[in-house]
Amino acid sequence: MIRILKQIFRTGIVTEPLPPEMEKEIVEICSKLNDSIRKRFCGSLTIRQVDAGSCNGCELEIHALNNPVYNCERFGIHFTASPRFADMLLVTGPVSHNMEIALRRTYDATPSPKLVVAAGDCAFNGGIFGESYASRGGIGNVIPVDAYITGCPPTPLAMLKGIVAAVSKG
Amino acid sequence: MSLLTDAITEALGGDVRFDSTQSFSPVVSCVVPRQRFTDAAKAMKKSHALLAAEWAVDETPFGRGFAVFACYRWWSEYLIIKIEVPADDPVFPSITKKYVPAYRFERQIHSLMGLVPVGHPDLRPWIKFEDWPEDAWPLRKSFDGQTSMKRVKGEYTWARAEGEGVYEIPVGPVHAGIIEPGHFRFQAVGEMVINLEERLGYVHKGIEKRFESLSWKEGPALAGRVSGDTTVAHSTAYSMAVEAITNCAVPERAYWLRALFLERERIANHLGDIGAICNDAAFAFMLYQLMRLKEIMMRTNHKLFGHRFIMDRVIPGGVTVDISADGKKEILAELDCISAEFERLVVIYDEHSSLDDRVKETGILIPEKARELCTVGIVARASGLNLDCRAMNPYPPYDRIEMNVPVFIEGDVDARVRVRTEEIRESVRIIRFILENIPEGAVSGPVGQPAPETTGFAAVEGWRGEIIYWVQSGPKGEINRCMVRDPSSLNWIGLEQSIYGNIVPDFPLCNKSFNQSYSGHDV
Repeated sequence: MIRILKQIFRTGIVTEPLPPEMEKEIVEICSKLNDSIRKRFCGSLTIRQVDAGSCNGCELEIHALNNPVYNCERFGIHFTASPRFADMLLVTGPVSHNMEIALRRTYDATPSPKLVVAAGDCAFNGGIFGESYASRGGIGNVIPVDAYITGCPPTPLAMLKGIVAAVSKG
Repeated sequence: MSLLTDAITEALGGDVRFDSTQSFSPVVSCVVPRQRFTDAAKAMKKSHALLAAEWAVDETPFGRGFAVFACYRWWSEYLIIKIEVPADDPVFPSITKKYVPAYRFERQIHSLMGLVPVGHPDLRPWIKFEDWPEDAWPLRKSFDGQTSMKRVKGEYTWARAEGEGVYEIPVGPVHAGIIEPGHFRFQAVGEMVINLEERLGYVHKGIEKRFESLSWKEGPALAGRVSGDTTVAHSTAYSMAVEAITNCAVPERAYWLRALFLERERIANHLGDIGAICNDAAFAFMLYQLMRLKEIMMRTNHKLFGHRFIMDRVIPGGVTVDISADGKKEILAELDCISAEFERLVVIYDEHSSLDDRVKETGILIPEKARELCTVGIVARASGLNLDCRAMNPYPPYDRIEMNVPVFIEGDVDARVRVRTEEIRESVRIIRFILENIPEGAVSGPVGQPAPETTGFAAVEGWRGEIIYWVQSGPKGEINRCMVRDPSSLNWIGLEQSIYGNIVPDFPLCNKSFNQSYSGHDV
């Protein structure tokens, strides 16, 4: 136990302030968040992540959002296990033929008002997988999308920015 | 001659024809008559070979029918056995009774190429779903891969268990965490799992078909996205297969840089995995500590190589980035910091008795089973199988790097954590060696166009295990077939087999300790 405590104290708080150019943006967006999140989502944003056919690259970067460096919970952003509790679906990948129905069901299971953010180049237009017998292409071909985050995969900062932008837009 | 070629020659005599058209391929290939496919498998089994892959090819562009290939491995030797299957009689003898992993390979061949494995016990579709038209065989040349598919009515039959107190838990495809989709169905009595059936294929993106519409140069970008967490190893394996088929010379420095990227990918993923395993045993402290170390590596990657996962940096002929003297220093300093922190965390892992209680004797895959299932990589090495491409059939630069292969025989979650721990230490050592000994020179060389109808093969040790690529050029030298075998194609069955008798709440822990790729399996 003493080792754990020692390690915790040695590590300290590693959560980083955002880069200056983003800090300004985020502060601005956060003030909007105060209005929109507080009004629409009771003060916090709950996200259900759905992999609709991704290569797992975007998932790793979404994981990174939860690491102590980015620590997305400080903005009231929290990932949930069930679409029933979610305010936002964060969807990755091209929509594979075999995931299309599951994605639609997840969308239907999410209560309104809801936001859909499509993360990654594949989620935008199918990326390198394109549209084929096995891939429906971008998320927008299957469910309505409020905002896109580009990148392959988008960096954690880009993810954060995209999520916040989607909320302030909505 | 060598053991496997001797064994097949002895068993089949004049029926074996060694294939000389594949001269650039680093492995031996031979053709046997279709009806002797099972005899060949029997001879391989007798020589203790493991099945590495089984796949089918539509060879109609060459004016022939289909072909089925089985690739066997014993120690450092690979042998590919081919049979020809006429188009008007698309059946071939199943080898599932000799080799368990053929069970899924053959279901896949049946589903995607429409060849019937005669004698296979279970021909339910695999990767293909019940709502695909029955005659949709995407890997056939006659199938148009560009247009979307209609859905038809159909139902999948699950394995069932009956009896007093037996109940079923369906999980997925959309899981509770931030992970890939797949479906698991448990039959349980009380808390004890008595059967687990996996159903995969949800993230099938038609990658193998897609390769056939790309040029050789466009290939690495797709290979790098077969499984995003293993992007370096996949693009390396693809590149090595293309280099084999074009007989292209790769500059020494490029080989060493690839190894550097591979080892960095291994450390980063292992760090994340150990953290996630501890987190699934309710020890979140380790997850956050290790995620922090992983993030340090991602940032160094981004700074030095321009991408957090080093994606798109390996191409046929070499690599696209170099490392400077300052870059070397930066990596060495980063490794010093990470290993010091990591060693402190390993002590905490070792001393934490409540963790011990969860990870020891949980999800055991006994060595006999691991061998029977022909598992590879970390899963195999945690169950007593000494398998590692880097040591067994070393490709450059591993032929010049001495390394230890950690092997444990317990086969439980703890053993899979320990294999990762030892591999992190080993990879840190390897990276230091690479940085010290990397030769000067160019980082990429020219790649020619493959001759028509040749094949190339490559096996690369990714962080999960051995990745195999087999490529074949068509009549005009284009990509006719690119077979991708992620380690997950073999190891997923291992998870199914290790879960019997465990309690339901331990499943996430077992699953995490295997951490197989859905995308790499479903391609």
